[in-house]
Amino acid sequence: MAVIGVVAEAAESRVAATPETVKKILALGYEVVVEKGAGAKASFPDSAYLASGAKVVTASGAWKSDIVLKVEAPTAVEIKRLKKGATLVGLLSPAFKPELLAALAKQGVTALAMDAVPRISRAQSMDVLSSMANIAGYRAVVEAAHEFGRFFTGQVTAAGKVPPAKVLVAGAGVAGLAAIGAASSLGAIVRATDPRPEVSDQVKSIGGEYLPVEIEEQMASSDGYAKETSKAYDKRAAEIYTEQAKDVDIIITTALIPGRPAPKLITAKDVAQMRPGSVVVDMAAAQGGNVEGSVAGKKVVTKNGVTILGYTDLPSRLPSQSSQLYGTNLVNLLGLLTPAKKGKPVLDFEDVVVRAVTVVKDGEITWPPPPVQVSAAPAAATAPAAVIPEKKKMSGRTKGSIIAAGLVALFGLISVAPPPLPQHFLVLTLAIVVGYFVIGKVHHALHTPLMSVTNAISGIVVVAAILQITDTNLAVQILAAVGVLLASINVFGGFAVTGRMLKMFTKGDSK
Amino acid sequence: MSALAVANAAYIAAALLFIMSLSGLSKHETGRTGIRYGVAGMATAMAATIWLTLSGEWNAATSQGFILLVIALVIGAVIGLWRARVVAMTGMPELIALFHSFVGLTAVLVGWNGALHSGDISAELIGVHRAEVFIGVFIGAVTFTGSIVAYLKLSAKMSSKPLILPGRNLLNLGALVGFVALTVAYVVTPNIYLLVAVTVLALALGWHLVASIGGGDMPVVVSMLNSYSGWAAAATGFLLSNDLLIITGALVGSSGAYLSYIMCRAMNRSFISVIFGGYGIEAPSETEEETGVHTEIDSAATAELLVAAKTVVITPGYGMAVAQAQYPVAELAKRLRDKGVDVRFGIHPVAGRLPGHMNVLLAEAKVPYDIVLEMDEINDELSETSVVLVIGANDTVNPAATENPGSPIAGMPVLKVWEAENVIVFKRSMASGYAGVANPLFFKDNTRMLFGDAKDKVEEILRSI
Repeated sequence: MAVIGVVAEAAESRVAATPETVKKILALGYEVVVEKGAGAKASFPDSAYLASGAKVVTASGAWKSDIVLKVEAPTAVEIKRLKKGATLVGLLSPAFKPELLAALAKQGVTALAMDAVPRISRAQSMDVLSSMANIAGYRAVVEAAHEFGRFFTGQVTAAGKVPPAKVLVAGAGVAGLAAIGAASSLGAIVRATDPRPEVSDQVKSIGGEYLPVEIEEQMASSDGYAKETSKAYDKRAAEIYTEQAKDVDIIITTALIPGRPAPKLITAKDVAQMRPGSVVVDMAAAQGGNVEGSVAGKKVVTKNGVTILGYTDLPSRLPSQSSQLYGTNLVNLLGLLTPAKKGKPVLDFEDVVVRAVTVVKDGEITWPPPPVQVSAAPAAATAPAAVIPEKKKMSGRTKGSIIAAGLVALFGLISVAPPPLPQHFLVLTLAIVVGYFVIGKVHHALHTPLMSVTNAISGIVVVAAILQITDTNLAVQILAAVGVLLASINVFGGFAVTGRMLKMFTKGDSK
Repeated sequence: MSALAVANAAYIAAALLFIMSLSGLSKHETGRTGIRYGVAGMATAMAATIWLTLSGEWNAATSQGFILLVIALVIGAVIGLWRARVVAMTGMPELIALFHSFVGLTAVLVGWNGALHSGDISAELIGVHRAEVFIGVFIGAVTFTGSIVAYLKLSAKMSSKPLILPGRNLLNLGALVGFVALTVAYVVTPNIYLLVAVTVLALALGWHLVASIGGGDMPVVVSMLNSYSGWAAAATGFLLSNDLLIITGALVGSSGAYLSYIMCRAMNRSFISVIFGGYGIEAPSETEEETGVHTEIDSAATAELLVAAKTVVITPGYGMAVAQAQYPVAELAKRLRDKGVDVRFGIHPVAGRLPGHMNVLLAEAKVPYDIVLEMDEINDELSETSVVLVIGANDTVNPAATENPGSPIAGMPVLKVWEAENVIVFKRSMASGYAGVANPLFFKDNTRMLFGDAKDKVEEILRSI
């Protein structure tokens, strides 16, 4: 049974496991030790961990565990505290920190990067980037609101009219959508840009307005993330940002391209055109920033009074919730690693998720993994829909010839039939046509009552039985009587049950 | 003014009343008037017929017949009214199927009577008369056993799996050919054994036709049988040279056939393949095993989601009827509407086991009909819906129908519930639906599974709200 250690973070309010997730880890068969005070900044006291079944130990005790759960990447000193053969799980940014991977490999450990979980449906429950981006997007709006000296919502008060704030969100990924949702629920007018036109509906669904960049190019992303864009596109996008900068009060940028520096979306000139008191939140500051002049981790106020926030610790500013979500992501990964629930992790490299997160294995660097195609890519979803074979429709000509053949047959039949048959056929044909037209207009919801009433009406066969009941042959009389009995069950039952059904259909107070 | 002339006038009036009755049923507002027309038409027709029968010479046979008639009518009325009063709305499909069988059997009896006593028919028409007897008996018998099988399947007294005999289509075709041959033989040389043979043949054919249709196709089957029962009545009309029977039978027959056609179109199936028990036989081989991870949710979390939602769409299926969950579901809808949530129902045309079955169940539970929408009305709005509750439906919400061309249900129009923000699927377990097709909906990112009995779960949600 492996021991899992939850260590305290140095410059971070989050913690890798909460009392609630500890319970789930224990259920997987592991033993859990928590460093003293690890959850303090996220408002999880040691006593809570004790209550959920973990042991509270010293820092060195926690670092000596077989599996160490962390949030931020470890420092060089911390890496040294890992025992050989141990497994470290955390946000390791393998694409940006080759030296970290080297250090971990040198220590002879296995490292799992939570931020390397591939974007496939199956792995969504472990996707830390999504769960943290969601929190960050919300917090970005809160931070902006804090710096912004006005209401978000428009109001008409006795003291005058307050116009609503206008917010521009650049990038409608998880963080962007969370920001759009938060800002629009505060009452602001929210606009959003994104190179992928398919997000337009998502933006609208949470109350934003999508600003398309109209040029002859579309991005169908095959791996679920945004890609770099073309020159023509960038030019048009830059114009949109310049136009919007003059108009909006708050800009929140979330544009990130995995493994590359963040694209510069808002120039210093754009910022200079914003009204004093406006706020820009650059959520990509850690990767170089989307906004010219933003400083990672800092608040900057420009000469014209625009505040640029480059905070890189937005999820950490909602520590208990982000710990809970991060912890749950971790538990889901651990669950994948321990299918037997016996407290022994297995690294199955056949599994694309396991393969992708494992960046160092027993002292060997295994980053980058072979590429994974996203199952939920929109292109994949729409393509098969187009190839569904159209049902063979009867062509107009065959239909016409069938009708003609039918008419000829009917004509032939009637012309040779002795009277009174032709008259019966006439009645039959007309009644069929009437039946077809009458039924065509019936409301779908009334199909059941319709069927039961036609059923009652088909009880008309009772008439036939009645006509035979006075026959001189006793056998015929008895058969006719049985017929009358059966058909009258239909007649009475059918009408009664239809009446009962229709009484139940009531119209609501249309709201 | 002879009794016959009066009866004929009454018949025309009755036929018109029936047409008005059917057209009255096309709208909720006029539905009840429609029934009144129907009842009036039936009363007129029966009264005129009885008078016509009794107005002739009164002899021993007449009085005996009159007594039998009264007894039969009274018993029939009592049974019919009693069944109509006690039937549960979930049991409607069975009841209607059973009723169809009565019409079929009556048509058989009338046909037999026509053979036993041909009356005074001119030599010129005797051949036609014999053929009419056979046609009437044939259609009636097919309707009779077909309806009985449908009744047994619907009431779960018989497995709803399609019966697959080798050479099914040949059997059906053979039966038809046999029928024609027997009819010709009977027209030439009338013989009671030929009549027995054709009856047995038709009974077997009716049994086989419906037995080879799977439970999922029952809505079509029931409306098809409805149509057959109409044709049976029309056939007796030919036999007895009675225009009212022809008109009414043809009305019911063509309306039932058209209704079945609408249903087939809703399922994207060929009409012919459904009525000849064709569908779903070769299907399972093509199904690729759709696997993935489904995410569960509990009732408390569902309740939270619902209360916070702006718009909720509930898409019920046969499972709701099985679990008798319509009352708590209606209560849930009402409570959410009181809280200002926009709740509507989306009904797939073939949800349930009878056309319009779900509408009847929801109406029974006092859900106002103006929030119960058809698939076409609601499908475009699903993408703007916060939460969709899928209660006991499976194939009718299966994205494979639009996304996977290899799926057996490919091309069938379905409720696009997966376009909503959240989908909650109420289900007993991960088993697949009637069509036996795996449902990738369960593995979608925005889908949450709520396992358990639908009724219990909805009641739990009600307690949490």
